[in-house]
Amino acid sequence: MKHTLSVLLQNKPGALSRVTGLFSGRGFNIESLCVAETLDPKVSCMTLVTRGDNSIVEQITKQLHKLIDVIKVTDITEGEFVEREMVLIRVKAEANTRAEVLRIIDIFRGKVVDVSPTTYTVEITGPESKVKAVIDILRPIGIKEIIRTGTIAMARAPKK
Amino acid sequence: MSKITGSQAIVKCLHEEGIDTIFGFPGGAVIDLYDELLDSDIKHVLVRHEQGAVHAADGYARATGKVGVALLTSGPGATNGVTAIATAYMDSIPIVVFTGQVPRVLIGNDAFQEVDIVGITRPCTKHNYLVSDPKELVSTIREAFYLAASGRPGPVLIDLPKDVVASMMSFPEKKPIKMQTYQPTMEPHPGQIAKACKSCLKAKRPVLYIGGGVILSNANKELTELAEKLNTPVTMTLMGLGGFPGTNPLSLGMLGMHGSYASNMAVAKSDLLIAVGARFDDRVTGRLDAFAPHAEIIHVDIDPTSISKNVDVDIPIVADCKHALRAMNSWFDDSKQFDAETTRDKHQPWVNQVQEWNEKHPLTYREEGDIIKPQYVIEVLNRLTKGDAIITTEVGQNQMWAAQFYKFNKPRRLLTSGGLGTMGYGLPAAIGAKLAFPEATVIDVAGDGSIQMNIQELATARQYGAKVKVAILNNNYLGMVRQWQELFYNKRYSATIMEVTPDFVELARAYGAVGLRAKTKDEVEPVIKEALATDNLVIMDFAISREEGVFPMVPAGKATTEMLLV
Ligand SMILES: Cc1ncc(C[n+]2csc(CCOP(=O)(O)OP(=O)(O)O)c2C)c(N)n1
Ligand SMILES: [Mg+2]
Repeated sequence: MKHTLSVLLQNKPGALSRVTGLFSGRGFNIESLCVAETLDPKVSCMTLVTRGDNSIVEQITKQLHKLIDVIKVTDITEGEFVEREMVLIRVKAEANTRAEVLRIIDIFRGKVVDVSPTTYTVEITGPESKVKAVIDILRPIGIKEIIRTGTIAMARAPKK
Repeated sequence: MSKITGSQAIVKCLHEEGIDTIFGFPGGAVIDLYDELLDSDIKHVLVRHEQGAVHAADGYARATGKVGVALLTSGPGATNGVTAIATAYMDSIPIVVFTGQVPRVLIGNDAFQEVDIVGITRPCTKHNYLVSDPKELVSTIREAFYLAASGRPGPVLIDLPKDVVASMMSFPEKKPIKMQTYQPTMEPHPGQIAKACKSCLKAKRPVLYIGGGVILSNANKELTELAEKLNTPVTMTLMGLGGFPGTNPLSLGMLGMHGSYASNMAVAKSDLLIAVGARFDDRVTGRLDAFAPHAEIIHVDIDPTSISKNVDVDIPIVADCKHALRAMNSWFDDSKQFDAETTRDKHQPWVNQVQEWNEKHPLTYREEGDIIKPQYVIEVLNRLTKGDAIITTEVGQNQMWAAQFYKFNKPRRLLTSGGLGTMGYGLPAAIGAKLAFPEATVIDVAGDGSIQMNIQELATARQYGAKVKVAILNNNYLGMVRQWQELFYNKRYSATIMEVTPDFVELARAYGAVGLRAKTKDEVEPVIKEALATDNLVIMDFAISREEGVFPMVPAGKATTEMLLV
C-alpha cells in the first residue's frame, strides 16, 4: 500500500542523507521525496511517499524516528489529507495539434508557461492521480520532456 | 570569559566526562590535540593500528560500562577505525571516536588525507558530527557523550577539522543536556507491565530469553530476581551471557545456532517467551515461522525499532530493561494474584522437563585420547579462573566454544563481537579491559586465523603493561568456515587451510611476551597454570583436534529444533 509520510527534521547538513541512507541501507523504497524549509528556518519538512505493508511502514516510521535529526514523523495516509504534485510537460504542439493541446490543458486547469514554434511547456498541479491522467492523455500527442516535483501533502485541519 | 584552544577544550571535556584513558594513533590532522595531551593527565594508549584503538575503547567500555574513547587522525586513520566502529554499533557499545579532519577551507577539495568519514560512518554510528564552527565544539562533545551512553547506547563519531581544533573559544559551563529530538523512553508503561505480569501468571511453560540489553542496562540483579520469583528457565543470547548466572540451575546457557539443546527446545515448546533486551537476530531465531510457535511474546526493549521487527510481539514494553524488570518485580510483590509458592509449583514440571532435556543432550564433546579438545581447554580455563576471568574472544569456533563452555556468572565478563562477528576483536578488546581492570585476569580466547588480524597489538600490550593471556585454539584452519564446508559443501576446503602460520611461541618472544605450547591433553592444565602464574603477557598455543566442530548446530535457515548434535 502507498503511504505518505511527513517528516520534520533539523535543517542541518547531512540530515537528508541520513534519511535517504536509511532507505537504501534497509531496502525500503522511496517513490518520491520533497523537502524544504518550514516557517522555522532551523526545521525542514519532508514529504516522502513509500510503499509497503503495514509492518514495513511501521518499521520505516520507527527507524526514521530513531534518527537523531528527526523531530517528528507522521503517516498522513492514516487520516484525511490533501496532496499536490506539480509537473512541467513539454509537449509537441505543431499546427495540427496546437489547439487540441490547449483544450486538454484547459480541462485540467493547466497553464502554458513556455512556447516554441513546435512545443508548448505546460504546468499542471494536482493530486498524483490527476498528474498521471494528464500525462496519459498527452502521451499520444508526443511528450518531449517531463519534470515532476513529487508529492507534498498536509493533513486536513480538524473540522471542529 | 578567557579563551582557550580547541585542544584544551577537548581535554577539559574529557575531564568533565570522567575519562582518564583514551586509545589512539596520531597524524597531521590531530597533531595539535596530541601536543595538548602531553601536558594533560589523560593516559593515551598508543596502539599499532587504528582498528585496535577503537576495539580497545570498546573493550574498555564493555568491561566498565563507561564510555570508551578513541582518537584517530584523518583519512586512513579514520577509515582504519571503521570496522571497529561498526563492531561497536552492532553490539550497542558506548564509545566516542574523535577523528581529525583537514582544515575547513580544504574540505571537499580531495585534500591530502581527506575522507568524508561522517558520510562513511553514517550507517554505523548512533550519530556523528562534523564540527564546522568552533563555537559548537564543546556542546557537540557533550552531546556526543550523552548520546553514546544513554538510551540504546552506541558509537558516536566527532570529526574535527584541524583549524577548528586550533581556534580560540570560550568554555561554557555544563548544563544538563536536553534534546528535543531524542528522548529515550526509560520508564515502562504501567498498563503494559500489568498485562505482561498477568501473562506470566497464566503461563505454564514460560522462558526468559535475554540479550545484551540486560547487561548494558546493568539489570542482572533484577533479572535474576524475576527468574527466581517465577521459577522460569533463562536462555541467553551470545551478548546476554553473564546477564544471568551460568551456574544457576535455571540457566539453559545460550540459544540459537550453537545454543544448547535445552534452550532451543524450551523456546520451541514454550507458551510464553519473555524477551528482555534481545532483538530476535537470525542467528537466534533460525527459520522465523518455527521460532517459539506456541508462545505469547513479551518484548522489553529500549529501542522501539527492535520490537516486532522480525517476530510479531504480543506485549511490547518500550523501556530500559532495568526499569521494566524492576516494575515487573514490584507488580508481583504488590499483587494479591501472585503467590511465590503457587507459581513455583506451577512451573516446576516445566522446569523439570527442561532439565531433562539438558540431561539428555548436555553441551558435550567426544574425548579422543591424547588429542587436545578445544572444549576441554575452555573447561580448564573456567575451572582455574573460577569462572571469574574477563574473557574476550575472536570470531569463529573459538568464540562459540568459549560461549558454550565458560560459565559466565557475572555480567561484563564476556567481551565478544556478536552482531558483526569481527575477527581481530579479541586482543585489542582484552587490552582495553585489562587497562580498565589491571588486577583482573583477562584472557583472549583466539583462533589461529583471527589472532593474526590484530596481532600487532601485542606491542601495545607490552608497552602499557597490559598482561593479558591469549589462548589460541590452533586448528590451522579458518575453522568455522571449514565446518560449514565440511557439512554443506562436500568437504571442499576452499581457502580455509592456513598453509602458513607463524610459530606463535617464537612470535610471543619477538614481542617480549611469554610463549607456551601444549600439544597433548596432559599439557593443557600445566600450560594454563603457568600462564596464569606468569606476570607477563602470555600467548598459549594449543594444538587442538583439527577438524573439531561446534555442536549443537542449527543449519542456517532451519528451525532451531533441527539441531545437529555431537
Ligand atoms: C574480519 C572477518 N573476516 C572474515 C570473517 C568470516 N569468518 C568467520 S569465522 C572465520 C574463521 C576464523 O578462523 P579462526 O580465527 O582460526 O577461528 P576458528 O573458527 O578456527 O576457531 C572466518 C574467516 C569474519 N568473521 N571476520
Ligand atoms: Mg582456526
